[in-house]
Amino acid sequence: MSFSYPILPEGHLLAIEGLEPPHIQALLDLAESYALLNRQGKTQRDLLKGRTLINLFFEDSTRTRTSFELAGKRLGADVINMSVAQSSVNKGETLLDTASTLNAMNTDLLVVRHAQSGAPALLAQKVSAAVINAGDGTHEHPTQALLDALTIRRHKGDLHGLVVAICGDITYSRVARSNIHLLSAMGAEVRLIAPPTLLPTDVDRLGVTVFHDMRKGLAGADVVMMLRLQKERMAGGLIPSAREFFRFYGLDHEKLSYAKPDAIVMHPGPMNRGIEIDSAVADDPTRSVIGEQVEMGVAMRMAVLDVLARNLRRNA
Amino acid sequence: MTDLLITNARLLDPATGLDAQGSLLIRDGRIASLTGAPAEGVPTLDAGGACLAPGLVDMRASLGEPGAEHRETIASAARAAAAGGITTLCALPDTSPVLDDAALIHFVARQGEATGSLTIHPFGAATRGLQGKEISEFGLLREAGAVAFTDAGRAIASPRTMRLALGYARAFGTFIIQHPEEPTLAAGGVATEGELATRLGLPGIPMLAESMMVARDIALARLSGGHVHFSRVSTGAALDLIRAAKAEGLRVTCDTAPPYFDLNETAITGYRSYAKLSPPLRPESERLAVAAALADGTIDAVVSDHQPRDADDKRLPFLQAEAGGAGLATLLSVTLARYHGGDVTLLEALALLTCKPAKLLGIEAGALKEGAAADLMLFDLRRGWQVKDGQLPGKAQNTPFDGRALEGKVLATFKAGRKVFGA
Repeated sequence: MSFSYPILPEGHLLAIEGLEPPHIQALLDLAESYALLNRQGKTQRDLLKGRTLINLFFEDSTRTRTSFELAGKRLGADVINMSVAQSSVNKGETLLDTASTLNAMNTDLLVVRHAQSGAPALLAQKVSAAVINAGDGTHEHPTQALLDALTIRRHKGDLHGLVVAICGDITYSRVARSNIHLLSAMGAEVRLIAPPTLLPTDVDRLGVTVFHDMRKGLAGADVVMMLRLQKERMAGGLIPSAREFFRFYGLDHEKLSYAKPDAIVMHPGPMNRGIEIDSAVADDPTRSVIGEQVEMGVAMRMAVLDVLARNLRRNA
Repeated sequence: MTDLLITNARLLDPATGLDAQGSLLIRDGRIASLTGAPAEGVPTLDAGGACLAPGLVDMRASLGEPGAEHRETIASAARAAAAGGITTLCALPDTSPVLDDAALIHFVARQGEATGSLTIHPFGAATRGLQGKEISEFGLLREAGAVAFTDAGRAIASPRTMRLALGYARAFGTFIIQHPEEPTLAAGGVATEGELATRLGLPGIPMLAESMMVARDIALARLSGGHVHFSRVSTGAALDLIRAAKAEGLRVTCDTAPPYFDLNETAITGYRSYAKLSPPLRPESERLAVAAALADGTIDAVVSDHQPRDADDKRLPFLQAEAGGAGLATLLSVTLARYHGGDVTLLEALALLTCKPAKLLGIEAGALKEGAAADLMLFDLRRGWQVKDGQLPGKAQNTPFDGRALEGKVLATFKAGRKVFGA
């Protein structure tokens, strides 16, 4: 696939906010072709041959790291995983010290996960590599939103006009923020369902509709996107208990019946079964596309790596 | 013996309303005459029509000394102050050790004298160790030279402690300076709660945290008969409460700092940690409210809120970066922007930086008075310059105004008649 103009012209993928719809469209189209190749068992090991991809994870994540690792390897990159324990030295020093180390190693592609919002953006200013944000604090997780959009597209066709309900811990969710920006940009109607204590202030100004009643929020939805509830939210007093949360905001078949009959159910994982989602829904093959999200994750990340490597060649 | 005749100047004294072309005679480091008295044998400086005003009185700055000399020392802060036209300054007690002991108050004041360019009036800690529990020895600290009491960047959270502090301070003719931010509402926050913080994924502080504390402390001032001063007021709601308290005749005063009437929260876009301040920058509506309160007299003083930070404090992810901006060198010019913008008269702008804080503090400074120490600032009202970090005087380079084009520049600063800055 070739493009008549550069995708992600700033050379990094730090956030969905600010991306133009044609760029999102092009990334999704490219990922679609990788999804096909992956299913056919074909690889393109020459595409990133000689390129070094470093997975720099300041926070634990098996799923996202493995997905990027697989994507890099399928395109022929040399993939190195670096896990930097948060507890060790001064965190800030680690970040900038790491940046200079990575520069010295001539890293081409740098995948960063960090507990602090904006950390990948700070790194991007200091490293010569193309930086991919793999989740920063409560800011964004752009490749998750892209892979979610890819999964939705495969089931529902065009994103335009779809009703997508995002449910759960919105305040602390980078997945929710990236999805809000992406789905809104592509013309979907985004609804947020959560108690007020789990909704960030003025979130309605991001172009979404807010619901506190899950059944009302789910009415007529094409897509139901559940979020992981962190245990810390209960310790912080934002919700009184897990059982109360499940009763009012956990997705079970009864609440799901308010959505469209063919509505799909998504979750970025890892799931808290019995807290935000009932196992009967999560494991329902007619509704749940949670496994497919993981599959699309690899294809989507291959597309992102491909596009950023093209930019590296262009700027070389 | 310091004698000098400054001629061809626009003499500006907000204390008396003087605004006239003329000359000023300095004898023995004191202002001898504003009326062109004969001055034979005295060296002459032709001001070339520039403005000559009292040296500025900055009633809030952190100096880094003792305890954080890698950020700023009293000597380096004095250089920055001189370049900013500041000749008198109040130092915050959040040093290491904390200024809650008479010997430390003496030390800081003496270090100021040693610079030869800056008079330092320290603030004493309102509570021992800034712990917010027991009030410190106001009487002994006052005798040692502390002009007022504050827990600096920490709010005095306990209503009981605040009530006691306000009441006890009355016995010594002094007042309490509060950081108006309700700490449990503000806990963990690094930006003003709202759309921008939500987009950036940064924990927010509701603006109510400020007005709630202001409302509480106004009530405590009413109860105790004490004088509360709110520092770096940054929201319209808090200013409305202060305006009403003043109208009621309560002993309530306040200041603000240039970032709150010159910048808004969009300065933190892109996680610019140099614009991370405490209190955080606000939406444009609040900036306008602060500017309006400067114009209508609700705000009693403009302070630099100088908070020196080094690169290691700032070049971090936004949440981890330290709050605070350097402010000494830009205090006058950013305040003059309100004059150039037509909000306040030139004398009103200068009053907020000179006679008003001096009167509040009960100190002899900030006026062109015959017989007073010749602490003076000569400035060009129209000269443009651009703020650049790395090129500021003094050690601290963490300005939130990096790149800001300003109009009005200090040409020379005099301390007791001696030139301490300028060609």
